[in-house]
Amino acid sequence: MHIQPGHTGGEPTRSAEALAELEQAFQEKIDAEIKIEPKDWMPEAYRQSLVRQISQHAHSEIVGMLPEGNWLTRAPSLRRKLILLAKVQDEAGHGLYLYSAAETLGASREALIEALHAGKAKYSSIFNYPTLTWADVGAIGWLVDGAALINQIPLCRCSYGPYARAMRRICKEESFHQRQGYEIMLVLCRGTAAQKRMAQDALERWWWPSLMMFGPPDAESSHTQQSMRWKIKRHTNDALRQKFVDQSVPQADYLGLTPPDPELKWNEQIGHYDFGAIDWGEFWRVLKGDGPCNRERIEARRRAYDEGRWVREAALAFGAKQARRAHGAE
Amino acid sequence: MKDWPLWEVFIRSRHGLAHKHVGSLHASDAAMALANARDVYTRRGEGMSIWVVRSTDITASAPGDKAILFDPSEDKVYRHPTFYEIPDEVDNL
Repeated sequence: MHIQPGHTGGEPTRSAEALAELEQAFQEKIDAEIKIEPKDWMPEAYRQSLVRQISQHAHSEIVGMLPEGNWLTRAPSLRRKLILLAKVQDEAGHGLYLYSAAETLGASREALIEALHAGKAKYSSIFNYPTLTWADVGAIGWLVDGAALINQIPLCRCSYGPYARAMRRICKEESFHQRQGYEIMLVLCRGTAAQKRMAQDALERWWWPSLMMFGPPDAESSHTQQSMRWKIKRHTNDALRQKFVDQSVPQADYLGLTPPDPELKWNEQIGHYDFGAIDWGEFWRVLKGDGPCNRERIEARRRAYDEGRWVREAALAFGAKQARRAHGAE
Repeated sequence: MKDWPLWEVFIRSRHGLAHKHVGSLHASDAAMALANARDVYTRRGEGMSIWVVRSTDITASAPGDKAILFDPSEDKVYRHPTFYEIPDEVDNL
């Protein structure tokens, strides 16, 4: 709930000693698994770290609507159109839950969106890849939403109450996304040779970017350690990535598809799959703006926002007029 | 342009259960808040009834008052039925 945003920059000046005491009490709460709520005292770095993570997450949901929206009018049947519409609508809802969670920390929606449109905010780099065929919609549901779920399930236990509650709603809905994607792949793989080739091609293009979704390797992840101490994050990037590989390879086997990694093989000794090296150069290039669709995505967001401006202004004016009339009638 | 006002959304899931806070949203007026709440928070049969309240109209207790407000109830065990010892032979109590 957003009752009186916990913080608006008016933090009273405290002695270093008092601050250390507050920080210690804060960490003790976290260690005891007590949720932090908007009006509770929190270290400024905790607040900033959460605003960064939650808003990036919200932006990812909203930008993530674009590659799938590309197929709304071309989905192969009415059933598939209805499903895809519902899924894209869900992503909008997820973005909204998350923006709301960020707002409980004193961030304004307007400022968050402006940062995205100005290219100052990050979002998941996976959405900078194009959806070239219908099989890509299946691969996104299966792999991208599958990876997102693995990332998000531990976030349901995040130390910040509003974020944890938003994640619980999102995870419940996300499971439909993953299953509908796998079903699309299944239908293609049971279809003609050309359809199966299309599925294989989609897997080959989405496999590596999906592995990159878990973020840089632990050794290079700047936020992991502190985030884990604050219980914003519960597992390391590499641990989650391994979980994703272990879960996805048998699913690919069932489809009769082969992930594009010659080094991928079951390791009996450790009970996990070994996999080849990830091209982190590509990850950083796409993240920094040089992916196949970065410009197109932000351009589409900006256009939608600018073209909707008059609607937002008219609604606000109408709301004010209604309020004046109600007031005058009293 | 500034953001539309913020609203808190409460949903009653089934007849007989109280409305429960589910989240918040921005809307320019109450009718739009209700319409948006319906779209965002009841896509899977979650609700039978929706309340929307402007966030600024809610007064909340301060975290700092937690001890003053809620600790006194901790030492009043006699408010719970298990505080009283009743012989086993006595039924319906």
